[in-house]
Amino acid sequence: MSFASFGDFLAMGSHGTYVWSAYGICLIVLVLNVVLPLHARRRYLQDEARRLRREESR
Amino acid sequence: MSDLMNWMWFHKLGSPKWFYEISGRWLPGLAIAAALLLLVGTVWGLAFAPPDYQQGNSFRIIYIHVPAAFLAQSVYVMLAVAGVVGLVWKMKLADVALQQAAPVGAWMTAIALITGAIWGKPTWGTYWIWDARLTSMLILLFLYFGVIALGQAISNRDSAAKACAVLAVVGVINIPIIKYSVEWWNTLHQPATFSVIEKPTMPMQMWLPLLIMVLGFYCFFAAVLLMRMRLEVLRREARSSWVKAKIRAQLEGRP
Repeated sequence: MSFASFGDFLAMGSHGTYVWSAYGICLIVLVLNVVLPLHARRRYLQDEARRLRREESR
Repeated sequence: MSDLMNWMWFHKLGSPKWFYEISGRWLPGLAIAAALLLLVGTVWGLAFAPPDYQQGNSFRIIYIHVPAAFLAQSVYVMLAVAGVVGLVWKMKLADVALQQAAPVGAWMTAIALITGAIWGKPTWGTYWIWDARLTSMLILLFLYFGVIALGQAISNRDSAAKACAVLAVVGVINIPIIKYSVEWWNTLHQPATFSVIEKPTMPMQMWLPLLIMVLGFYCFFAAVLLMRMRLEVLRREARSSWVKAKIRAQLEGRP
């Protein structure tokens, strides 16, 4: 462990704002890159399933 | 005969159905590897790696900045390779890969630029300067935007594929410019401190988490790319019987 306490860890030796904002932005972008395609896939499958059902009932 | 066998896999790779099956098998492993590597690398880099003797703790931004910058450039090279494959062999899957990788590459370039700007403030005293490395990375971001915009603007799929492939291939000239920018021009940006093949110039305790993060980012990209490509393949092949069968199976709750 490179820090004496959790407070030290958060402070990052006066560079806390820089380090945590960089990591925060990175985390948001990575999560978006996973969530958006997953969401798009679910919606596509639902739409296609509805379309197939409609075609079959006709 | 062996020649024939060598070409078989190439054509199979071009088959959307085969790609969908095999990528479905790879995806869980890649996703788990990415999650584990990113978790271990982040905790190690943020909490356990020693602070830099000059930069203090702001250097920890390296663990996201360098992997994102690596990936930003690798993904563009991949676009160019996919572009050549698409242009020469008319492989449809190459266009799917090109179109689906471009947004992820753009996001990685954005991460590299933003984290670099944040890192620049405590290190150089400024968020941004128009130096060679920063400017060539910004051009990379605009090249990604160009590929994405071109793909969306042209409604004919074959024309769009051709235009995007040409832009990807021409734009790849920017990659060596980024790489050598720190040597050719006077720049604030330090030369590369990380290489997979060369002997590390930093202590092991700093270098190992960086290696883990780089691997994690690559696995992350591979998993996200497969996810995006699989959806695009379903969209493009919506009329084929195997896609209809897949959707029916989903309807009944089977994977």
